[in-house]
Amino acid sequence: MEPGYYVVLAAVLFTIGAVGVLIRRNAIVLFMCIELMLNAGNLALVTFSRINGTLDGQIMAFFVMVVAAAEVVIGLAIIMSIFRTRRSASVDDANLLKY
Amino acid sequence: MHASAYEVLASAASGTLSSFWLLIVIPAASGGILLLLGRRADRWGHLLGCASVGVAFVLGLVYFFQLGGLPATDRRATLDLFTFIQVAALKVDFGLLFDPLSAVFVLLITGVGFLIHVYAVGYMADDPKRRTFFAYFNIFVAAMLLLVLGNNYVMLYIGWEGVGLASYLLISFWYTRPSAATAGKKAFIMNRVGDAGLAIAIFVMFANLHTVSYDGVFANVDRFTSGTTLALGLLLLIGACGKSGQFPLQAWLPDAMEGPTPVSALIHAATMVTAGVYLIARSNPIFDANPTAQAVVAAVGAVTLLIGCIIGCAKDDIKRVLAWSTVSQIGYMFLGVGLGGGAYALAIIHLLAHGFFKAGLFLGAGSVMHAMNDQVDIRRFGGLWKYMKITWITFGVGWLAIIGIPPLSGFFSKEPIIAEAFDRPGWAGWVLGFAALLGAGLTAFYMTRLFVLTFHGPERWTDDIKHPHESPPVMTVPLMLLAIGSAAAGALMATPVQDWLNPTVFGVEGGEVPEHVHLSHTVVTILSIAITVLGGLLGWWLFRNGTSLQEQPAGPVVTAARKNLYGDTVNETVFEKPGTYLTRALVYFDNKGIDGLVNGLAAAVGGGSGRLRRAQTGFVRSYALSMLGGALLVAVAFLVVRLG
Amino acid sequence: MSDAGFPYLSLLTGLPLLGALVVALLPRTRPALAKQVALAWSIAVLGLALATWFAFEPNGDRFQLRESYPWIPTWDARFTFAIDGIALVMIALIAVLVPLVIIYSWDEVREETGTPAKRSVHAYFALLLALQSTMIGVFAAADIFLFYVFFEVMLVPMYFLIGSYGGARRQYAAVKFFLYSLVGGLLMLAAVIGLWVLGGHTFDWQRLTEADFSQGAERWLFLGFFIAFAIKAPFFPFHTWLPDAGGAAPAGAAALLVGVLDKVGTFGILRYCLPLFPNASKYFAPLGIALALVGIIYAALLAVGQNDLKRLVSYTSVAHFGFIGVGIFAFTTQAGSGAVLYMVNHGLATGLLFLVVGMFVSRRGSALVGDFGGAGKTVPVLSGVFIVAGLASLSLPGTAPFVSEFLVLLGTFSVYKTVAVVATLGIILGAAYVLWMIQRTTHGTPNPQMAKVRGMRRDLSWRESIVVGPLIALLVFFGFYPKPLLDVINPAVAYTLHDIKKEDPAPSAQEAGK
Repeated sequence: MEPGYYVVLAAVLFTIGAVGVLIRRNAIVLFMCIELMLNAGNLALVTFSRINGTLDGQIMAFFVMVVAAAEVVIGLAIIMSIFRTRRSASVDDANLLKY
Repeated sequence: MHASAYEVLASAASGTLSSFWLLIVIPAASGGILLLLGRRADRWGHLLGCASVGVAFVLGLVYFFQLGGLPATDRRATLDLFTFIQVAALKVDFGLLFDPLSAVFVLLITGVGFLIHVYAVGYMADDPKRRTFFAYFNIFVAAMLLLVLGNNYVMLYIGWEGVGLASYLLISFWYTRPSAATAGKKAFIMNRVGDAGLAIAIFVMFANLHTVSYDGVFANVDRFTSGTTLALGLLLLIGACGKSGQFPLQAWLPDAMEGPTPVSALIHAATMVTAGVYLIARSNPIFDANPTAQAVVAAVGAVTLLIGCIIGCAKDDIKRVLAWSTVSQIGYMFLGVGLGGGAYALAIIHLLAHGFFKAGLFLGAGSVMHAMNDQVDIRRFGGLWKYMKITWITFGVGWLAIIGIPPLSGFFSKEPIIAEAFDRPGWAGWVLGFAALLGAGLTAFYMTRLFVLTFHGPERWTDDIKHPHESPPVMTVPLMLLAIGSAAAGALMATPVQDWLNPTVFGVEGGEVPEHVHLSHTVVTILSIAITVLGGLLGWWLFRNGTSLQEQPAGPVVTAARKNLYGDTVNETVFEKPGTYLTRALVYFDNKGIDGLVNGLAAAVGGGSGRLRRAQTGFVRSYALSMLGGALLVAVAFLVVRLG
Repeated sequence: MSDAGFPYLSLLTGLPLLGALVVALLPRTRPALAKQVALAWSIAVLGLALATWFAFEPNGDRFQLRESYPWIPTWDARFTFAIDGIALVMIALIAVLVPLVIIYSWDEVREETGTPAKRSVHAYFALLLALQSTMIGVFAAADIFLFYVFFEVMLVPMYFLIGSYGGARRQYAAVKFFLYSLVGGLLMLAAVIGLWVLGGHTFDWQRLTEADFSQGAERWLFLGFFIAFAIKAPFFPFHTWLPDAGGAAPAGAAALLVGVLDKVGTFGILRYCLPLFPNASKYFAPLGIALALVGIIYAALLAVGQNDLKRLVSYTSVAHFGFIGVGIFAFTTQAGSGAVLYMVNHGLATGLLFLVVGMFVSRRGSALVGDFGGAGKTVPVLSGVFIVAGLASLSLPGTAPFVSEFLVLLGTFSVYKTVAVVATLGIILGAAYVLWMIQRTTHGTPNPQMAKVRGMRRDLSWRESIVVGPLIALLVFFGFYPKPLLDVINPAVAYTLHDIKKEDPAPSAQEAGK
């Protein structure tokens, strides 16, 4: 298989994720879109690793996975506590951290 | 002319004379004590004040005779007390000089000053601040003595501003009256204009010669260019005009009459205002070196003496008439020192005589005011001769002396100045001579008007005055002594005062008789007596029956004279008004312009960040969008750099 | 290391700081104790300063009492203290003024703020001592980095003095003062770093004077220092912070601000700009003179137009700084000595004027000129002192400022005639603003509103006469006998002029060459 296709796939996945972050309001969906973008990044890293014949990209992918896992834990906890206090999972309802 | 004839004489003070610094220190110490002790000195303060000046007078006499005992060629004593300022080439000693010129001034200041001090004991008896008054008076005497005793221009300048300070404090002595406060301020500021001229003159001397002492400057006058001597002469003249109330800085002197009458007598008639004459007489080597500067001095004198006379004719306030007459008489002195040569001594003699009769006139006016509940309007006086005989007689002597009736002093001192004016070659002699002659006639007219309206004619008193009374002896005795002085001061011409002053101070050899250019001395004498008598008779004839009680409408000349020939108006329109507007404009500019720029910069930073923070909406997705935008931007930039 | 044998300068700098700590740590419940300790401490500092005065040899080396301790070896920055005559007289001035300000502030701290002070009394006195420490440090430092640190740290106590204990617009004034000075300080920091890089990686003053700079670099470095000092002094057009700060600060702090702290600007020009950048100094001298000259006339006119006593006095100071500036940049010994003497005399005269104005303001509860009038009737002695202070401020002969103003103008005249003549006009304006101020406050019939205020019937108290007495005595003494000061100042000024290779002009009149 041509590695270029994987890069295109990664770009498509990333775009889907980015658009999702921008147009959806629900925090959980937003979260999943972010995961999508991270994994698009992972895919690109692994692909380039393959292309270049080095392991750097794969190592980086592991790091990203770890960060993503930690982020999920903290992020979900924040979403939960916001949902508890505001009865809403919409990110547009929470804009207290402004100005 | 005797330019460059100045010789520096070896003259360190010795013997009794080495203590003549006491002259300054005694009154200064007395003034300081009176101020520092405050109310504790209220009971005896005036006595100490009089005593200190009296002691100074006695000492002055002792030193005077000591000086007279010296041979004529080295009749001077200098005393360098300590180094005042020393920076590199500049060395100013706290140095004093006692020579014939300072000696006669010392006697005038302490002698007339003592009499006026004594008079003030009675005049200020009811004033709760009498002690303060005497403290200021003593400080004035000390400063004036420093002025005439200094041996360099910086000492003179210190005394010069010191008397200005005393004058300010005493004019605004009754400071609760806004007019007195304003008059004091006006006097100080107009004096400062003159002081600035004097200060710059000192700078010119230093820049040219690296010295500011009389000896150092006068011995090197021939090293100056003629431009420098002219500049020096004019700058010194500005200083002299400020202090002596000469045109164009004359406006403050009549307003200075807001002060208590003894102040008018001592400071604004007898002594301080003649400091300008002293300055020019003292700087005679500089003026002798530049005929143009001399001519300007003479012209200023002539103009001022006419201004003073004309305004004096139109005033109804007894003290203002006397004030304008002071302006005019000092004009004669300026004319004298401007003529130079032998006229220096004449001007000084006129100054001494004037010190006596003008002090007597002012004190007499004070005595009248005492009797008339402090009124000053001569239209509401009249017939007072019956009630206050001593004041009447002494005032009469002063009146005859000032208008120049022989054999009183004014005749002997004024008439030679008129004659000298006629002796000036060319048309200037005619102009100056006739101005002086006209002034003599006008003086006779307005002084007679003053005398007749005050002491003779019908009684035109306001209702609150029942029985005018003569003043107590503490006031009348000084009046009598001053009257004797006024009568006798003419004898100064007969005594060797001229010979006493001329060789050492003015470098004029005795017996030098000037050529008569236009009119012979006899003709001038006859003319001046005639015009004086004419003016006097006119004044008597017009006002023998009193005058109207209110100010009457008058023609343009009299109106102008009543308004001080618009001198105040000019000052107001040229300096005060524009000054006020300029100040306001600058305050606006400073607040809105310069500070506006500073605050504007601060506001711009603050406002800019205020705008910018609006971008922080708090919405996660807008942050995400800007992140995406940023990432794209970086990517695009990267590509452009890579591919382009 | 100290070649003086006794560490005068580090003690002078450190002692007040220690005092500040002690005063700050005293229990809050006993404000009286804090005042007493602060006063005793400042008098001890005065004693030490006197000892320093006598340890200094007027005709000895240029810099004396040198001490040097290692600080940051990698930058070659050291705790180096050494003073010349100029620094010595300024340190003496500080030592004299601070105890008087402490006595003045004895009961004033609470009254000045209007409402009961939120900040404690002892913090005020601790800040005064801290300010004294930094001010002495800035004059005693002989290491440029150390100077810079003191220059900036000096702002902190003054910021709190204005911001916490000041009048109505204290916050605005304090922030403006701080930011303005900080901008100048930043420019100076850039110049200090530039100096270090170009001048051979050292902060030692002595070695830096020997460094050579290219013409362009020298001019830029000069400007960095000059602008900082011109803001501090302040010269026109950087002066607008001073009326605000002087107007809002408590009178005691204002006296120190204008009397001493601002002198760091003119001192800095003399100590750093001229010796370090002699060519640039000569190049920019016309600029310095022009700014100073404009300041003399402009600020005097503005002073006439002020309605607030403290702002008025602040503007008079701007005019006086103009005289100092003219004196510095005229580059003659008379003008230079006059300028330094002016720094001392102005500290005494304006310090006195600010304190007396403060006495009026705290009695009346207002600084507006219109709220006074005829005060001579109700408080005669205080009004008399006010007149004396005013007369000293207008440089009347017989008071110390006359000598300095005379020297400045005389020295300037021999090189710049027009400048001296225009500046001489400033003395007429000086008379105008001082007398106008005196007339509107003390003369005339008593203002009925003012006469009703109880404080305005309380004349000069015993405590206040202790404050004004020494100042008046010093002003009069140095007015007639300035020699003790000039003896110390003259050699230092001569060294400075030697640094920039300027000599006094010879007498301009030709020898009698008949």
